[in-house]
Amino acid sequence: MEQQTESAILGMWLFLAQEIMFFGGLFAAYLVYRFKYPEAWAAGSEELNITLGAFNTVVLLVSSLTMAMSVHAAQTGKQKRLISFLFLTLALGLTFLVVKYFEYKAKWEHHLVPGSNFVIHSKMFPDVDQAHSQLFFVLYFFMTGMHALHMVIGAGLLIWLIVLAYKNYFTPQRFMKVELVGFYWHFVDIVWVFLFPLLYLVHRHV
Amino acid sequence: MSTIAITPESALPARKHYLNIKTTLASWLLTTDHKRIAILYLISISVFFAAGGFFAGLIRLELLTPKGDLLDGDTYNKVFTLHGIIMIFFFLIPSIPAVLGNFLVPIMVGAKDLAFPKINLLSWYLYIIGGGLAVFALISGGVDTGWTFYTPYSSTYARSEVFLAVSAAFVAGFSSILTGLNFIVTIHKMRAPGLTWFRLPLFIWAHYATSLIQILGTPVVAITLLLVGLERLFHVGIFDPKLGGDPVLFQHLFWFYSHPAVYIMILPGMGVISEVITCFARKRVFGYEFIAFSSMAIAIIGFLVWGHHMFVSSQSTYAGIVFSLLTFLVAVPSAIKVFNWTATLYKGEISFEAPMMFAFGFIGLFTIGGLTGLFLGAMGTDVHFHDTYFVVSHFHYVMVGGMVMGFLCGMHFWWPKMTGRMYPQNIAIVAAVLVFIGFNFTFFPQFILGYLGMPRRYHEYAQEFQMLNVMSTAGASVLGFGYLLPVIYFTWSLFKGPAAGPNPWNAKGIEWQVQSPPPTFNFDEGRPIVVEEAYAYSTEG
Ligand code: HEM
Ligand SMILES: [Cu+2]
Repeated sequence: MEQQTESAILGMWLFLAQEIMFFGGLFAAYLVYRFKYPEAWAAGSEELNITLGAFNTVVLLVSSLTMAMSVHAAQTGKQKRLISFLFLTLALGLTFLVVKYFEYKAKWEHHLVPGSNFVIHSKMFPDVDQAHSQLFFVLYFFMTGMHALHMVIGAGLLIWLIVLAYKNYFTPQRFMKVELVGFYWHFVDIVWVFLFPLLYLVHRHV
Repeated sequence: MSTIAITPESALPARKHYLNIKTTLASWLLTTDHKRIAILYLISISVFFAAGGFFAGLIRLELLTPKGDLLDGDTYNKVFTLHGIIMIFFFLIPSIPAVLGNFLVPIMVGAKDLAFPKINLLSWYLYIIGGGLAVFALISGGVDTGWTFYTPYSSTYARSEVFLAVSAAFVAGFSSILTGLNFIVTIHKMRAPGLTWFRLPLFIWAHYATSLIQILGTPVVAITLLLVGLERLFHVGIFDPKLGGDPVLFQHLFWFYSHPAVYIMILPGMGVISEVITCFARKRVFGYEFIAFSSMAIAIIGFLVWGHHMFVSSQSTYAGIVFSLLTFLVAVPSAIKVFNWTATLYKGEISFEAPMMFAFGFIGLFTIGGLTGLFLGAMGTDVHFHDTYFVVSHFHYVMVGGMVMGFLCGMHFWWPKMTGRMYPQNIAIVAAVLVFIGFNFTFFPQFILGYLGMPRRYHEYAQEFQMLNVMSTAGASVLGFGYLLPVIYFTWSLFKGPAAGPNPWNAKGIEWQVQSPPPTFNFDEGRPIVVEEAYAYSTEG
């Protein structure tokens, strides 16, 4: 039993190491182009909605806290608390996704989705290169999209935990699944903590 | 010739083991037994090897004459691309880890199974889905980008099924990541009592190092291929310079994985060779710690040398020099291994059984391949050899000469353990010799061709190169026959082979203490307790 727990935890760490490399490739691409085309990057980030981004950052950080509380509740065998904190985490995760949806929708309406109709008008850089700004948005959509996909999977895992919790599956001796999902959830939050400044705040630093 | 103790079949009581405990198809397709999954991999990998081999045959036939008379240019591109994709992603990368590693890692560490048996089955299914996508890409028009998928050709211009092919590689990549994850956790957490790190067989060390590369490298190529697919589907610019992207970035990301991946394709083979050499030299392996640490060193330094594939891709001279130096550094641990194997053989009581013959073949071919790597790693000479047949020959020497030889070596060594049956030694030795001779006839001329300047990836060539190409094609047919032989006598042995007994080679190591074939949970008599290191042969090394 102890061996199983340890194995599962090591397995999760290795899985997250794999995830770091997965996002790492994207961050590497981001950095290369950011240094190559600083103007396009600033102009692109000027278009992003900092208020919504900041709001979402707070939402995710709070959800990390509620996730940690769920793990604690599971460890101490507090069933009711466990279920409420899992629900809270799930609600925060879904809030994030809904806000993201409205952000994407706004980009769509402003012709900022890469493809044939892409146009960007920047106050800071009136004659910014369209192709390079489009590249910024390709990475914006891909990186946040990948992150959102991870959030969706995380939400699925939370629902699974909630079902198990209703069936009184968790005990102070048996809470590993909550812990592992917790690891995953924190990881997804951390990725966002990097994405937010890199994508939303760039133009404040030119 | 043969020193094998053979028990007559009739003397064996009918015994339940992993092969005959259940026989329905479902019991195989839903199994979580690492040994059965290994067999599933063995069958599927052999099918892919045959397919890849068929394409190789087409390539060699086309190159028999300087004119493009068998395949037109377009078809030729598709044939060598599929040959590359199938061989690299569906044979070389999974071969030893997924078949021999799956079968042996748990037994060698004294565990009942891998840490995550269901994930292990999942990786096989991912492999099959990836393979299915590759086959689908083949029948719906083929792919013509080369296995390296260089952009912007692959992402914008190629008129072929690039998206399907990159998805195939993407899915197969996750199969490889999950196998690596399973091995690392198993090796860390499930070793039998007394099995300390420095008592582990070198085969296990090799798989540990390989798994690290799989976990840290594969995700990078996965995301890169995803970006290529995205660019291709939606025409957004990431790597295409016309759309604002940068094709060289693709090469950086691609080789950041694919150079380490060449070690995924060779380290497990080295692990096999270390086991076989000590067993048939009856000697403790020379410099155990050096071999173990050199595996780790290869895994780590291997991540720092990708730039040697890009000496001629607009890389700055300084970057080139650094990559060149680092490349020389990564050759050192490989050389250490070859040195240690030779030292192990020195004054050993060598017996020339079939596995040992394959091991000799490995050492010979790998050494040539490794030394020619130095010509390519040195920036000055690489500018001359780049994209010629010299490169083709170099990587076939290391990968086909190394990994395929290592795979065959391991199959011949552990076949009796996996099936409980022996195969005819004499014919197997003939096969080993044929493979070695055929291989050299196929690929040595290609070094000369490359030196003379014949470029790779063309279906026509100048008249003066024909002689050497004919030699190469002739060698390839010998090689093909050499590969076919084991299929025949292994199949024969499955039904008619004499019983092997638990330890036909008198080898050391836990796997030889269990029955052949092993029972479902490997150890009927409870977990083994390990009291000595893996190679306690009488002669000291
Ligand atoms: C250990 C096993 C090795 C394997 C499996 C291996 C495999 C390969 C492969 C597959 C390629 C061709 C890539 C392509 O399609 O373009 C290649 C090229 C190359 N290899 Fe190796 N290699 C190994 C060892 C080495 C060593 C030891 C060195 C140097 C010391 C080396 C240096 C190079 C260089 C510089 C190239 C690029 C040549 C060019 O494209 O101009 N390799 N290798
Ligand atoms: Cu390389």
